Amino acid sequence: MATRTVIPFGPQHPVLPEPVHLKLELEDETVVGVTPIIGYIHRGIEKAAELNTFRQNVNITDRICGICSFIHTQTYCQGVEALMNVEVPPRTRFLRVFWSELSRTHSHLLWLGLLADALGFESLFMQIWRAREMVLDISEMTTGHRIIQATSVVGGVRRDIDKDMAKEVDKRLVSLKEMLDNTAAPALLHDPTIKRRAVGKGMLSKEQAELLGAVGPTARGSGVAIDMRQLGYAAFKEVGFEPVVETAGDSYARTLVRAREVYQCIELMRKALAMMPEGEILVRVDGYPEGEAVSRCEQPRGEVFYYLKGNGTNHLERLKIRTPTFANIPTYLVMLPGCEMADVPIITLSIDPCIACTER
Amino acid sequence: MQMFPTIVKNLFSRPATRRYPFKDIREPFPGYKGKIYFDPNKCDLCGDCGRACPSEAIEVSLENRQITYDPFKCIYCGTCVETCLPRAISQDKYYTKPAAVKEAETISVPA
Repeated sequence: MATRTVIPFGPQHPVLPEPVHLKLELEDETVVGVTPIIGYIHRGIEKAAELNTFRQNVNITDRICGICSFIHTQTYCQGVEALMNVEVPPRTRFLRVFWSELSRTHSHLLWLGLLADALGFESLFMQIWRAREMVLDISEMTTGHRIIQATSVVGGVRRDIDKDMAKEVDKRLVSLKEMLDNTAAPALLHDPTIKRRAVGKGMLSKEQAELLGAVGPTARGSGVAIDMRQLGYAAFKEVGFEPVVETAGDSYARTLVRAREVYQCIELMRKALAMMPEGEILVRVDGYPEGEAVSRCEQPRGEVFYYLKGNGTNHLERLKIRTPTFANIPTYLVMLPGCEMADVPIITLSIDPCIACTER
Repeated sequence: MQMFPTIVKNLFSRPATRRYPFKDIREPFPGYKGKIYFDPNKCDLCGDCGRACPSEAIEVSLENRQITYDPFKCIYCGTCVETCLPRAISQDKYYTKPAAVKEAETISVPA
């Protein structure tokens, strides 16, 4: 009988951008059991949100995640607007689509780069991050900040994108697409090294994905067509949207979902800019939130869920946030057992873990 | 092998990085949310900025006629700039410079 060893993977590990601890049980080189442990970077954001006013909370939710910050504020603002029966102007909804897709492009490019880095494919990593820099430039140009944008507010958005800027952004998006076509896409789609490391690794069947409640690209890589953008929040109904689905269920399928989504995001952004109606971007919001509301949006990693309870004062009584990685961590229990120790980093990374989001 | 054309191209092109802060510095885009300035001549000491500030970096004292602004607490979101009715607060497009000591700025408002 093979000897059984317990190996700690993380919380500090070169492939992990954030601390998650996996207690791996190994038989020789094969993983037979895994216990994910989280709780290293809990910041008490839900409690902080109760102590601050509901308008100040926008900037707190902005800081839950450094990568998908805009979508957090968007979800929060949509929740508060639902509580207060505020209808945002149509132009705002299109601008929110634009910035949420910009965040998604940035997040997916970051992750694709990290994947290349985890595989030891340094040149691809640099090319993808070079493309990501173009996305950050667009972010700085349109919002005034590179990452934490602080653009969505209760009742609308802070900044407008005028015609000249829209033209410039469109030009930059086309050159971003060209750059990806020439550098990252051929390597991601056809390179044998990536395929060798990712194809067939970390299998998650459609049934298992549904059973474990996987969300986002993790579920879509297993053939589950679940995407909150199908709900048509903000202006996704007008812009038109079809989820990207792959059926293989392995790490490579999840990579392909994200790579294809980057292209989809670029198209959605260009459409949103082209279809954007003229008009106001912000409405005046008076009074205080009262009652209960649920708000759901699609983040780069999957569905984010906000529960808000207001009691008619300036402060919320409760803000509950469930982030996509929290829903995706249980899939490790299926994906990791049976794999080789050397494949653990790739499989761990394949759900795009965002631990700062998860622990809030 | 898929990376080969990119590698060859990169061999003969300029570097993608810039030698910040020595050479080829790219100017921030107009509208970048940088350093915050207070204009004491326009300020009416209403204190709206202090109440609106999400990180509580601004304190306005009517008695002492002064504004205390802590750039190390500030998150540069621009809420104060939008809130200020007499437009006494402005934000330029450059980063705040690093400092040796963490201390708040005090701005006196003339009567």
